[in-house]
Amino acid sequence: AQNVPNSDWEKKVTEYFKEKLKENNATNWVPSLNDVPVHYLKPNSLVKFRCMVQDMFDPEFYTGVYETVDLNTNARVLHFGKYRDVAECGPQQEIDFNSSKTVTSERQTFYCVPVPGESAWVKEISFLTELVLSRVSPSTSYTPSRHKRSYEEDEDMDLHPSKQKEQHTGNSRSGGDIHGCVEPKRLETEASAGHHLASTNCSPPLDLNFPLPGEKGPACLVKVYESWDSFKVNDVLEVYGVLSVDPVLSIVNSEERDSSTLDPMECMDTTEEQRVHSPPASLVPRIHVILAQKLQHINPLLPACLNEEESKTFVSNFMSEVSPVRAELLGFLTHALLGDSLAAEYLILHLISTVYARRDVLPLGKFTVNLSGCPRNSIFTEHIYRLIQQLVPASYRLQMTVENMNRSRFIPRKDYAANRLVSGVLQLASNTSLVVDETQLEQGQLDTTGVRNVTALGNLITWQKVDYDFSYHQMEFPCNINVLITSEGRSLLPSDCQVHLQPQIIPPNMEEYMNSLLTAVLPSVLNKFRIYLSLLRLLDYSISEEVTKAVEEDFVEMRKNDPESITADDLHRTLLVARFLSLSAGQTTLSRERWLRAKQLEALRKARLQQQKCVNGNEL
Amino acid sequence: AIPLDFDISSPLTYGTPSSRVEGTPRSGVRGTPVRQRPDLGSVRKARQVDLHSDGPSEDVVATEQSLGQKLVIWGTDVNVASCKEKFQRFLQHFIDPLAKEDEDIGLDLNKPRYMQRLEEINMVGEPFLNVNCDHLRSFDENLYRQLICYPQEVIPTFDMAANEIFFDHYPDSILEHQIQVRPYNALKTRNMRSLNPEDIDQLITISGMVIRSSQLIPEMQEAFFKCQVCAFTTRVEIDRGRIAEPSVCKNCNTTHSMALIHNRSMFSDKQMIKLQESPEDMPAGQTPHTVALFAHNDLVDKVQPGDRVNVTGIYRAVPIRVNPRVSSVKSVYKTHIDVIHYRKTDSKRLHGVDEETEQKMFTVERVEILKELSEKQDIYERLSSALAPSIYEHEDIKKGILLQLFGGSRKDFTRTGRGNFRAEINILLCGDPGTSKSQLLQYVYNLVPRGQYTSGKGSSAVGLTAYVMKDPETRQLVLQTGALVLSDNGICCIDEFDKMNESTRSVLHEVMEQQTLSIAKAGIICQLNARTSILAAANPVESQWNPKKTTIENIQLPHTLLSRFDLIFLMLDPRDEAYDRRLARHLVSLYYRTEEKMEEEYMDMAVLRDYIAYARSYINPRLSEEASQALIEAYVDMRKIGSGRGMVSAYPRQLESLIRLAEAHAKVRFSEKVETIDVEEAKRLHREALKQSATDPRTGIVDISILTTGMSATARKRKEELAQALRKLIQSKGKMPALKYQQLFDDLRAQSDAAVTKEMFEEALRALADEDFLTVTGKTVRLL
Repeated sequence: AQNVPNSDWEKKVTEYFKEKLKENNATNWVPSLNDVPVHYLKPNSLVKFRCMVQDMFDPEFYTGVYETVDLNTNARVLHFGKYRDVAECGPQQEIDFNSSKTVTSERQTFYCVPVPGESAWVKEISFLTELVLSRVSPSTSYTPSRHKRSYEEDEDMDLHPSKQKEQHTGNSRSGGDIHGCVEPKRLETEASAGHHLASTNCSPPLDLNFPLPGEKGPACLVKVYESWDSFKVNDVLEVYGVLSVDPVLSIVNSEERDSSTLDPMECMDTTEEQRVHSPPASLVPRIHVILAQKLQHINPLLPACLNEEESKTFVSNFMSEVSPVRAELLGFLTHALLGDSLAAEYLILHLISTVYARRDVLPLGKFTVNLSGCPRNSIFTEHIYRLIQQLVPASYRLQMTVENMNRSRFIPRKDYAANRLVSGVLQLASNTSLVVDETQLEQGQLDTTGVRNVTALGNLITWQKVDYDFSYHQMEFPCNINVLITSEGRSLLPSDCQVHLQPQIIPPNMEEYMNSLLTAVLPSVLNKFRIYLSLLRLLDYSISEEVTKAVEEDFVEMRKNDPESITADDLHRTLLVARFLSLSAGQTTLSRERWLRAKQLEALRKARLQQQKCVNGNEL
Repeated sequence: AIPLDFDISSPLTYGTPSSRVEGTPRSGVRGTPVRQRPDLGSVRKARQVDLHSDGPSEDVVATEQSLGQKLVIWGTDVNVASCKEKFQRFLQHFIDPLAKEDEDIGLDLNKPRYMQRLEEINMVGEPFLNVNCDHLRSFDENLYRQLICYPQEVIPTFDMAANEIFFDHYPDSILEHQIQVRPYNALKTRNMRSLNPEDIDQLITISGMVIRSSQLIPEMQEAFFKCQVCAFTTRVEIDRGRIAEPSVCKNCNTTHSMALIHNRSMFSDKQMIKLQESPEDMPAGQTPHTVALFAHNDLVDKVQPGDRVNVTGIYRAVPIRVNPRVSSVKSVYKTHIDVIHYRKTDSKRLHGVDEETEQKMFTVERVEILKELSEKQDIYERLSSALAPSIYEHEDIKKGILLQLFGGSRKDFTRTGRGNFRAEINILLCGDPGTSKSQLLQYVYNLVPRGQYTSGKGSSAVGLTAYVMKDPETRQLVLQTGALVLSDNGICCIDEFDKMNESTRSVLHEVMEQQTLSIAKAGIICQLNARTSILAAANPVESQWNPKKTTIENIQLPHTLLSRFDLIFLMLDPRDEAYDRRLARHLVSLYYRTEEKMEEEYMDMAVLRDYIAYARSYINPRLSEEASQALIEAYVDMRKIGSGRGMVSAYPRQLESLIRLAEAHAKVRFSEKVETIDVEEAKRLHREALKQSATDPRTGIVDISILTTGMSATARKRKEELAQALRKLIQSKGKMPALKYQQLFDDLRAQSDAAVTKEMFEEALRALADEDFLTVTGKTVRLL
């Protein structure tokens, strides 16, 4: 069907899809690999995928244009090879590689995984919006019967939020399990995946290389055709492209092994490398990207791009009701933190913090909070994490036990045998909440891995970077992760600010108390919280000349009175608190009042620490 | 095109060509066997096309009309005869005008370079001729282009040419096989990331690091078939990795009777190597690319994982056939490079040749920009303020670190027996916690290409130097280098220097003055170069700086180590209102300004990095007459200050420091001469640093002897005075053979106006004992 090669057509393709996807919510009609199991999707159809770039493979050369020769008639036909994995030709045809019309082009493969630690509500909500729309105009690739069933289930859940919550808390007994409410259809995916694996019966189960343990969902080989230099490891992308699950791709592995040993390509890759780089398409589908965009956030309640005109109205609408939302959120968190409103205040500041700039090596805007004074060996910290999980789009709870530190892999490491980046817990997308639970830590010895892991965690907190291990050298990957440390005393990890918890109420049954807290919140209010936290993080901020002066005066004054205890660090911290305090109230400039309030908060916090020190001193 | 005089079809021969010796002695181009070149791929029989006939003339760009030759190799514009002729001319006449490479040892630079190489081949008997493509390019641009574009066709032609010349000159020479030409340093591609489909089948040079190498793979070059029916034998050459198995016996016409006879087929050695792009070439936030290499014959096992190499070879792309029975093909090519030449980039590092000059390439425009920058009056201030802009003030410290980044000139006194003089500048930062010392260190570590960052707390002597490890794969003992060796030619940043344990610190003594590291471990005895500058940060002993004590007392590091630091800076909280105000303003601005705005204001980190790299590799300032005079004066002044109070206070080490600092300052200006202004600045900085670190808090006088003896001059004077007082006291008591210890102590305390501690008393006693005035035994003091 294709005619003379014409470079213009490639541009037109992307243009066309860009335009089409802009039209009335068209993006929602495209089935998403995040929600629909691969085997329900039609091969070679348009799909989308919300994912994180976990690894980048070497660029590959493919036949952009190739020519086939019919063996009988000798007729020559030109084909395009873009957006495909396999160069097709009919049964009586052969590809002429020596043809002068062959064009070799280049594309880049990314290994993508679903956003690590993505909260269950993010998955649910984005799935629901799609379902509602796709019922109006069913996409070609769904099987309607199945589709209906899952919809009803979800509807059912939606009608009885309390039931859902129960299910949720009941499911996730262990703290590390993020995906408490696994939908039944997901279970089916795994079952079928297992089946596929059994049918190829060649190798042990493939490690899909998810950064976090216990993650589920499809991993995907994303083939990018243009400007792949603009993407980085750990970027969160939304890609639209052609799904390719040609079973031929899977055959490659098993057949190649027993084919002629004289194939020069045979010895090039180890079997491991082959397994990793061309896994069965049923497990790791390929997407040939037509459009790819980096996501600022993955909150489905917010418009994807905040700079557009329509989203501006959304923002201004929401900003008008910021104060009541903040008050409600503060109340909610205060209850959660057993009536400690100061800690709740700091928790809000922490949750909207983000690294907004880097000044040479210094990351600005990180706000690691150490919540000390948490009761030891209680389910309190677990519940705090569960609350945060309900509020932020992506999170992970890291239980800091000696065993965990010694056993788990924190730093991603390059495996040269398989030629891939083996992921680690610290390979997380921007703005993921990492809750480190230090109350679990017992006395014990850390081995080499343990020490390295603790150091890596410390570096992450101080410099917001992770040094990936490339065996012969290390490479620095900047990151932007909100770390909250819960501990009994002062944490052994560095932190920007320590808040000592002062519970006002001791509930007789912690479990019940916490559960009732969550059920008491209306879903609509919960959604407001979610929008609030994601949106405020993205706002700009400035300080006027006038306030700068005032701050200067203040600092000089404070130093005069007490040069010992007020240092540049304190000023740093107070400025940070002031920044997030202003932003949390929806204000993008610092006012004098906020500055004073920030100072007041800091004073309260410090007084508490001082008091704590005294108490400890007396005990000793 | 290659003369195949050697009978490979003889049934008696088996194995590598060299073992198949027929008539001895063999010599001359006819007698030396040809060895196949698998690195050039299975040579597609070079089809020659007469231009006047029906050949696809559009493939031909230009031909050598002048030579009257019309034949070119099909698909190229290469005319074998003219190409050969030109290459021979190149070999016979090329003299390198810019010869300075370290490979040139023993070559007469005024004679044709490659003729000398051929002579070498004759003597050594290694039949490989390495040809620098850069030379070829300067000789004949067109020939160079042909080599780059059609290496598979041109290199065999070069082989022929080289062999003809060689055997013309040395007809009696016996070589293992015919000479093979190995071009290197093709300028086509430098970076793995820039490889693209256009490079396929071309000669490229890329740099990278070997990460994995496979076992040796025997690869069939020629298959030997025998008919099972009539025993007719035939040979089939491998074409692009496939054997065309004869289906019919040519002799008896039986179908499918031919069987492969393994041990009569010909094999060559092959190895697969994975090359990863070097960390410097990588854009931030992306993972490194890798590329597969195939090494053949004697290039097998030439490199080990971890080596940095420059590889010259032919870039190949081969389609992957899914299944011979299924006609569809995976539309992806597998790519690899057939290696023709390796050049290790880091092997020289241990020999002390400064390789940075060769390595870092600057474009002409870049050099222009840098030069222009260097002309600026305030370049010194400009650079120092570009250094870690987020850290407020500490201008002198930044200037010191800037000079450290540039370093002094390297001087070689090996011939006069003093070895190398240290060119690196060592700096110690010392101060209160939270004065952004770590941040400065982090910045420097990120800025310099070969920087290492360690913390004194966590590092052991082994981690700093080198250790012997058993490689898990090969079971061989390997020497693993530690931070100090890794930062050779770079800067080693050591945080929490004071927390480092004694034995670890002692390693630094050798490194900081001799710039070498000696290792004697597990049977490995060696001396490694560790020409590293040390940037250390330490906290005071009492964690907060005690202004009543001297630097030494505050940091409590052995003064032998301290005297090896050229500059010791204090980073103290100034507690001054004006300073606070400026600090506050600076910090506030950090918290609202956007990143772009900040970048505009200061010099780009990349420019700074290039500026330093350029100066380090190209500028080598020498002392001018006036500068030497100024230095001498400065040194004499320093000595005088001390001698006024009866003791030496400046040592040659301080003079050396001054020289280094002055040289570094000249480098900042891109000046080949050290002028008086450089000396002035060196003096100023040295004094500033000293003023902070060597001020005796009791007198407020700068006293260099604090650094060299660990004790201030006044303290020493006082010690002496006390000893004299004690002597007088004892003498005043008249002739007494023995005194009570406690009694004497009480008397002395009663006598002197200042408080005398027990330690001071004991020290005085010891001083007198040293003078053989008395001895102390237990609780009694005996006079002698």
